[in-house]
Amino acid sequence: MKTLSIDTRSLEIASATVDATERGATAMPVSHIQSQSAWHAFDFAEMYKYRDLFRYLVRREIKVRYAQSAIGVGWAILQPLFTMLVFTVIFGRLAKVGSDGAPYALFSFAGLVPWMFFSNAVTDGVNGLIGGASMMSKVYFPRIFMPLAANAARLIDFGVASLVMAGLMIWYGIIPNLGALALPFVLAMMFLTASGTTLWLSSFAIQYRDVKHAMGFIVQILMYAAPVVYPASLIPESFQRLYAINPMVGVIEGLRSGWLGTREMPWDFLFIGSLSAVLLFTTGVSYFNAKQRVFADLA
Amino acid sequence: MQVISNHSDDHAISVHGIGKAYRLAKRQATPDTLVGAIQGIVKAPFRNFQYLRSLSRANHMAKQDDEDLYWALQDVTFEVPAGEVVGVIGRNGAGKSTLLKILSRITQPTTGEAIIRGRVSSLLEVGTGFHPELTGRENVYMNGTILGMTKREIDGKYDQIVDFAGVERFLDTPIKRYSSGMQVRLAFSVAAHLDPDILIIDEVLAVGDAEFQKRCIGKMKEVAGGGRTVMFVSHNMSAIGQLCTSGVLLSQGRVVSQGDLDTVVQAYMDDLFRTESSIGDDTTTVSVQTAVDGDPNQRMWKYGSMVRVRVDVETQLAIANPAVDLYFNSSAGRMIFAQSDRFVKHFDSESNRWVFEFLFRNNGFVSDYMTIDVGFRYCSSTRYLGLWQSVAAIALGEVPPGHSHGRDCPVAVPCKVQLMEAA
Repeated sequence: MKTLSIDTRSLEIASATVDATERGATAMPVSHIQSQSAWHAFDFAEMYKYRDLFRYLVRREIKVRYAQSAIGVGWAILQPLFTMLVFTVIFGRLAKVGSDGAPYALFSFAGLVPWMFFSNAVTDGVNGLIGGASMMSKVYFPRIFMPLAANAARLIDFGVASLVMAGLMIWYGIIPNLGALALPFVLAMMFLTASGTTLWLSSFAIQYRDVKHAMGFIVQILMYAAPVVYPASLIPESFQRLYAINPMVGVIEGLRSGWLGTREMPWDFLFIGSLSAVLLFTTGVSYFNAKQRVFADLA
Repeated sequence: MQVISNHSDDHAISVHGIGKAYRLAKRQATPDTLVGAIQGIVKAPFRNFQYLRSLSRANHMAKQDDEDLYWALQDVTFEVPAGEVVGVIGRNGAGKSTLLKILSRITQPTTGEAIIRGRVSSLLEVGTGFHPELTGRENVYMNGTILGMTKREIDGKYDQIVDFAGVERFLDTPIKRYSSGMQVRLAFSVAAHLDPDILIIDEVLAVGDAEFQKRCIGKMKEVAGGGRTVMFVSHNMSAIGQLCTSGVLLSQGRVVSQGDLDTVVQAYMDDLFRTESSIGDDTTTVSVQTAVDGDPNQRMWKYGSMVRVRVDVETQLAIANPAVDLYFNSSAGRMIFAQSDRFVKHFDSESNRWVFEFLFRNNGFVSDYMTIDVGFRYCSSTRYLGLWQSVAAIALGEVPPGHSHGRDCPVAVPCKVQLMEAA
């Protein structure tokens, strides 16, 4: 009962604030400060109010990452390109892992581009929140912007790597098929997966720095739970549904299908994966929202 | 949860029963055997985990009597009328910063609630979000949006911000190439151009050189004069004296005094040190009273005003001709000057006391407050029969430009205290 009444009140405040700003009226915004319950309503109005801050946080993240570096954003190309070369030699040539008919180099690059987005976005997001601890203890702003801005900034790298992918496809003379129309959906899924994971991990990492230490190698190991170096067709038929619970399976196979036409668009993977991606993201937002009350005290 | 009734609508800030608890780390018993030590090492991860987990529970599941909880604030209640400039004072650890963090929404209270009417900007430091790799321009936008401005608002004030900071030529240079003074000027300038109804400021004046601090005080006076509500936390009594019209004194997490600034400053000095202290051993006790311009309740020793220090010594020692030395120490604990000349000394046979009176004029001290030590000796000897430390304290008021003797290093001060002949 108590929880309910608090929620309603904070909603009222939120709407009052919006009214005041929209009308540009003299009506004063009133803020209530009190101990919030763990499952207090998520304050969308406030996020809207601070929208410019989000833009500048993303911009700062990008600019700072490549500041005082000779190659700069070129690193977004070199990182997956070199990994692709190594994978092609080891898994493609030596281990003779299948690639659904596409050249192995392209096959692995198509998997690496989304995977590197995922792993870099999660690592940056978690470190971004921990690194922003001093800022959080000095000023109030929607805390969720810190990890999300770090995630969003990695989309630039993803875009650059995708251009390289396009170049490679031209080189190999491969034309994307109609499945490419599904790519916006696949990309949304990719972002939700990365952000959901980031929100969960970062809210833990603020309290338990162990997460920071474990994250590096766990993300590396997780790569083998997604079809980055091998095709999903290697997984036995009976396990495919289970396998697809990992949303990155649908993302990677979907991208490959759209870009390279290695297979039909894997709608079953995408369906299962998008359910788990949405679940991961919404629970991540809720957990982060519940935990952010104590961030400044813990960090 | 109690809701503040509507009758307090005219208050910009209403704080009601705010409390904040933090979890303390429990001290582990030291093992005295090798087996015990190994057990301790094996159990350490579990113990650490439990401790880390308990940290987030202080806030929302705290019980008043939980013994490893530390209450940084307890039952804090006060109201600030709109347009008032209120100074929050108190010793280190009194809970001032915690209170500001709660009112700025950085951290949540464990108990109680506060209602704030109006748009709030809080400045707990200047230049939050500044990144050395970004240019001056980018940092202005970064910092401005963090403080709650929109891009459009910053666009409108951009020229003023740059003007005030005086960094026009370096706007496209990464601020890591700026001098630290330039960085601080730019940061303060952004903060100074916030346009909130309520401004919450924490000791931001402790930055920059003396010249820039003056401009900051000037700018803040302007802000305060513009009808805004300002809440100002500082140790700097002279800044408090210049800016504030009322005060709130915190001591050990509770509000001890609030209201009229003079009353609160007096209570602060009493909180720091007893005003009419009466301390000593069995044979000798000493008590000290101060009065500024003849008013024993005034504890703010402003530039140009006179303070009278009266020392009463009651002793069972048979002394024909005693002497008293006064030591004035800065708030940082360094001695500023000593004085042994007495202007009034007499033996009050009725109360069996020696009474000493000293009179000083403040000719330019800016060291927050001073504490007074008293030494008691034979006139002909330098060995003290008794030395009492920090028996009284007096706050120092503002000093007009050009009359101060530096900021935090009063040791280097040439003593310009003017000793007045007693009437």
